[in-house]
Amino acid sequence: MNARDNILGRIRSAQQSATAQTLASHLAQHPRGPLPPQPDNLLACFKKQALKLSSDVLEADDVGEIPSLLARYLNERELPVRGVCWPAFADMQWSAAGLEMQSRPARNQDLVGVTGAFCAIAETGTLMLLSGAETPATTSLLPETHVAVLAPRRIVATMEDAWDLLRREQNQPPRAVNFISGPSRTADIEQTVTLGAHGPYRVLLIMAPL
Amino acid sequence: MQNTSLQFKKQVTVKLADVRLQDALSRLQTRFVGGRAAVISEIHDLQETRNAAAAIRDRVLNNLEQWLLHFEQQATARGAIVHWAENGDDANRIVAEIAAQYGVKTAAKSKSMVSEECGLNDALEQAGVAVMETDLGEYILQLAHEAPSHIVAPVVHKNKEEIADLFAEKHHKPRKTDIAELCREAREVLRPAFLNADMGISGGNFLVAETGSVLIVTNEGNGRLVTTLPRVHVAITGIEKVVPTLEDVTTLLRLLPRSATGQSITNYVSVLTGTKNQEDHDGPEHFHIILLDNGRSSLVGGEMQEMLRCIRCGACMNHCPVYQNIGGHAYGWVYPGPMGSILTPMLGGIEKSPDLPNASTFCGACAVVCPVKIPLPDLLRKLREKQMQRGMKSRRETFMLKAWAWLALHPKIYALASRIGVRIMHLLGGREKLIHTLPGAGGWTDGRDFPAPSGKTFRELYQQGKHK
Repeated sequence: MNARDNILGRIRSAQQSATAQTLASHLAQHPRGPLPPQPDNLLACFKKQALKLSSDVLEADDVGEIPSLLARYLNERELPVRGVCWPAFADMQWSAAGLEMQSRPARNQDLVGVTGAFCAIAETGTLMLLSGAETPATTSLLPETHVAVLAPRRIVATMEDAWDLLRREQNQPPRAVNFISGPSRTADIEQTVTLGAHGPYRVLLIMAPL
Repeated sequence: MQNTSLQFKKQVTVKLADVRLQDALSRLQTRFVGGRAAVISEIHDLQETRNAAAAIRDRVLNNLEQWLLHFEQQATARGAIVHWAENGDDANRIVAEIAAQYGVKTAAKSKSMVSEECGLNDALEQAGVAVMETDLGEYILQLAHEAPSHIVAPVVHKNKEEIADLFAEKHHKPRKTDIAELCREAREVLRPAFLNADMGISGGNFLVAETGSVLIVTNEGNGRLVTTLPRVHVAITGIEKVVPTLEDVTTLLRLLPRSATGQSITNYVSVLTGTKNQEDHDGPEHFHIILLDNGRSSLVGGEMQEMLRCIRCGACMNHCPVYQNIGGHAYGWVYPGPMGSILTPMLGGIEKSPDLPNASTFCGACAVVCPVKIPLPDLLRKLREKQMQRGMKSRRETFMLKAWAWLALHPKIYALASRIGVRIMHLLGGREKLIHTLPGAGGWTDGRDFPAPSGKTFRELYQQGKHK
C-alpha cells in the first residue's frame, strides 16, 4: 500500500462517502456566498478602496496622455524614467514624454514595470492579472514601481464577478492568476506596516479608455 | 519540528517572567486585535458569511475523499504532479527526491507552517540543498536558529533592537534600527536568493478542487517570487485544505485576511494552476503538490472533525488571554494558542501534550472570533474528557473532582462545608481581605493573592436579602 491509498482508505472508512453526483452539481452551479451590496458607482468605489491600500490613482481622458502622466508621476518622485512594459503598450509615445520604455519581461535591474490588467475589483481596490506570453508576471513583481493601465469598463464589483468574467473569456485559469492590492508590504518587525517588501514599493493605477 | 509541549508548565513560568516578550505580546494585542475589530465590520453580514464559510469547509470535510480525488484529477490534468505524504519524514523525502530529480542545489521558500511541521529545512540541508527562507519573519528566525512563535507573525516575540543586532552580525553591515531600513536591507540580501534558486517552495492556503489550483495569500511578494522565478515549484500543504470552487474560496478570502491581520485583502492572492506554457517567459516548468496527512485523517468523521475547518488565520491566539501572556513558544510545537492546544495533541498524541487542553480559561473569545466557527472551547473540553478516560489526570486532581462530585450530590453537607470554608477563608484574609498562601492552592497564590470571601455563603446572603 502506498501513502495515497492509505490516506484515502482511512478517510473512506471513517465516513460514508457521498456520491460523485453532489460534487458535480456543486461544481456546475458554483453558487456564490453572501455578497457585499452592489456599489452605485464602480469606478468611485474602486478608486476609494485602491487609495486605502496605498495605491496611487491617475485618470487619463485619452490613451495618448498615458506617457506624459507617467513621466510627471516619476519626475515628481525623482524616480528613474527607464523601464519595461507589456507588448500591448510597446507602441505608446514613451520617448516623446521623456521615458525610455522597452517591451520585454522585467529583469532584476528594471525599476519601472508597466502592465495592463485583466480586470479590477471595486470591493477591495484590487487588480486581477493573468500570466501569459504577452502578459509576463515578472513585470508587476520585480520593479520597484508597478504601473497598471486599466480601462474603467473592466472594473467589476466583486471577485465572484471576476471569476465569471474569466470563465466567459478564458475558459480556464492560466498558470497564474495574480490579484494585486497595492504595494508589497510587511509588518513582521514589531507589527509595523512597511511598504515595499520583496515586490514593488509603489503601485500606480492609470485609468484610461482603452 | 520537535514537540516539546511536555515542558509546557516550565516554559510558562519562564515566559511570564520575560519582560521583553511581555512587551512584544502587548503590541500584538493592539495591532492584531484592534486591526481585526476595525475591518471585520466591513463585511456586510458577518454572521451569515461565517455560517457560509463553515458550511463550505464542512462540505469538503464531510466528503473529503471525493474532493481530494477531484482536486488531484484537475491538478494533474493541468500538468502538476500530486504527491501524498503520510507524515513529515515522508514529505521531506519526497521534496528531497524532487530536488535530486531536477539537480536542485538551492531553494527559496515562502512561509509554510506545514513545512515547519515536517522540519523540512533541516532535511533538505542534509540532502545537500541550501534553503533560504524569504518571508521576512521566517528569514529572521532562520538567521537566529529559532522556531516561529505565531502562525501569521512568526517573529512577534522579537523586537527591532534584537533584529538590528542580528542583521548587523549576519550581514556584516552597519547596524540599522529604522524598521524600513531593516526591511530594505533584507530585500537586498534576499533578491539574489530568488533569482538564483533552482526550486521554489511554498505552502498552500487553499486547494481549489474545481480548477486544480493552489491558492496562496501573501503580503511581501515573496510568495509570488518563489512561485514565478525558479524552474521547479513545490507546494506543500495539508489534505484538509481543499475548497470546492473559486466562489467558495472567495467567501473564505473575505474572512481570512480580516481575521488574521486586519486587512480587507492581502496584497497578493495568487491562484496557481499547472506549469508554464512553452511560449511563457516566466513560471515553473515543473509543479509538484505535496498533500500531507500527518494525523489529520484521524480527525475525519469523529467528534474532533470541526478542527479541520481551520484556515490558519491566528485570530484565536491573538484573542486568547493565555496566548497573550505566554506567547507561542511555550506551547512547544508549530501551532500555538487555542487551535494549537487542540491540533498538537490530536496530531502528535494526547499523551505527549497533557497540559495543552488545560491551557484555557474557557472564556470563549476564540470561538467568537473564529471565522469558520470552530467550537474551540467545546473541542478542548472533549480533549479533557479523553484525558480523564485515559487516566491521564493526576491522582490528586481525580480525587478533588470526585470529592466535589460527591459534595454536589449531597446539598446539605455541601452547604455546611461551604459555610465552614468561607468563614475560615474570611479569617485567613485578615484586614487586607487577601490570602497570601492557601494550602493546596500554591498554583494560584504563588503568583498572586487570593481575594478573601466576605465570610458568608451565597445562599446565606440570598436568604438575608429576601428577609429585608
